[in-house]
Amino acid sequence: MSPIHDQSYRRYQGTRLPLGRSWTVIAGAGIRGMFARKLFLILLVLAWIPFIVRAVQIYAVTMYPQAGQILPIDASLFRDFIEQQSIFVFFISIYVGSGLIANDRRANALQIYLSKPLLRTEYIAGKLAVLLFFLASVTLLPALMLVFVEVGFAAGFGLHAANPQIVPAIILSSAIRITVASFAMLALSSLSKSTRYVAVLYTGVIFFTEAMYGVLTFITGTTAVAWVSLGANLDQVSDALFRQPAGYDTPLVVSAFVLVGLVILSVSVLERRVRGVEIVS
Amino acid sequence: MSNAVVLEHVTVAYGNNRALREVSAVFPPGAVGLLGPNGAGKSTMLKALLGFIPPATGRLEVLGLDVAARPLDIRARIGYMPEIDGHIPGMNAVTFVAYCGQLAGLPRSDAMQRAHEVLYYVGLGEARYRNLETYSTGMKQRIKLAQALVHDPDLLFLDEPTNGMDPKGRDEMLELVRDLAHNKGVNLILSSHLLPDVEYTCDHVVVLDKGVVAASGPIEQLKGPPGRVYEVRVKGHLTPFVAALHDAGMECHQTDEDVMRVFVPGDPGRPGDDQRRVCELAAASQVQVRHLRASVPTLEDVFARAIGES
Repeated sequence: MSPIHDQSYRRYQGTRLPLGRSWTVIAGAGIRGMFARKLFLILLVLAWIPFIVRAVQIYAVTMYPQAGQILPIDASLFRDFIEQQSIFVFFISIYVGSGLIANDRRANALQIYLSKPLLRTEYIAGKLAVLLFFLASVTLLPALMLVFVEVGFAAGFGLHAANPQIVPAIILSSAIRITVASFAMLALSSLSKSTRYVAVLYTGVIFFTEAMYGVLTFITGTTAVAWVSLGANLDQVSDALFRQPAGYDTPLVVSAFVLVGLVILSVSVLERRVRGVEIVS
Repeated sequence: MSNAVVLEHVTVAYGNNRALREVSAVFPPGAVGLLGPNGAGKSTMLKALLGFIPPATGRLEVLGLDVAARPLDIRARIGYMPEIDGHIPGMNAVTFVAYCGQLAGLPRSDAMQRAHEVLYYVGLGEARYRNLETYSTGMKQRIKLAQALVHDPDLLFLDEPTNGMDPKGRDEMLELVRDLAHNKGVNLILSSHLLPDVEYTCDHVVVLDKGVVAASGPIEQLKGPPGRVYEVRVKGHLTPFVAALHDAGMECHQTDEDVMRVFVPGDPGRPGDDQRRVCELAAASQVQVRHLRASVPTLEDVFARAIGES
């Protein structure tokens, strides 16, 4: 017998996990990777400042009810909070999302991923989960915590008994905002190998649609053309969910249709762009 | 296991360009070389076997499983080393390889342990904590092999594994490939246009040319019996001499040097008969034979005969 044990390559004798869980591996690695960036952590902290401001507002109105005349605590508080967080949704979408697929395309990582036992949908789901996680952490999570803060300070469920739509509206409104932003950003990220280009493209889409809405409103004199603006469509749906007066003349169904259409378009782009091989005609 | 890979009448097309044309081939277990010039369809075949490109017609089978029906089960059991550089941005080597192990279904702790082992095996043990973006070309080739090996595949697809490597690195990579195939029991398909690489590492070969199989079989069998190939260098006009050789039923092709390799078909006669015939043909063609030596048939001869570069 050889006195030296062969410590080179050896066959694996352990267990293997069932197929279909790879998206959790991708999501976990993506989330850990973002938490390792100091600049991103600063951005996350900044995104929670509005929550602190709103919590102080709730505390002040609870302690001094006359303050409620200026800063009322009702469904509009939560609706406004989610709308305010849109700016952080924008920045986090760019910071986290622009490189999610673009970096993999730049480094030819797609063929590495897709040579493993995972479907393209699992890859996309993993990448999407990274963005959804962080966007939810600055919209859904603080909004729900505001509910707990309000219930805690008010020592009761009076507001929510009178407005039972608040919690479902928070969940749905946040979910719609982050889902639309995530799919749109992921689709744009799959179009390029440059994160900067993706960031510029996303910014362009947001600002161009806003500018277009402004111009069309100026020309037509009505806000019925708000459907061209991504932000206006999201606000319109949020208003309906929180049972608030509509901010635009665009029918709700049109806004909803535009948002669904954008998600479908994004899925279509992802289906075409996320492939193990890129065939250039 | 009967056959590692089976292709039945497979056609793969990129638009109007058919990269594989009605290809039928069998890759037995062990080390099989997929040989062919650039553009022959080697990489396309590997990508079709991975399920990246659906064939227009035909059927592909890997490890007894239908590629169209069970692509994930197949990918769980194979390792793929792509031709072009590929890595996950922002990761060091050990994180990357462990990540690939997890993607292939290994538990996290096992994947990390295997990553360390495999990186030592491919010679990156000391560099395993370095960011992949800082790796040299040779190191990138090794890391690609490591990520393909980490989950202990039953079959490895190696696409041009020595591309861009210096001679020392190339030799080490070929040693690794040979060791995997012959000592570690890993079946592999080595796609390459480099004949010596395939000849050194593989037992079988499938020669592709212009999307069709030009030859296939055990290398030793394809090379034929030794001593029937001759290296010939002559002075004078080559054209009539080559024509005379062809007329006499011999095949010849030129190597990179000014030496021709002449194949003499048929049973060997008395010692020296072949050489005498070559010299007689040279004399008849009015060229001087400056060099004539019996040679061992190489894969280069098989390749040249198969794709008709004589």
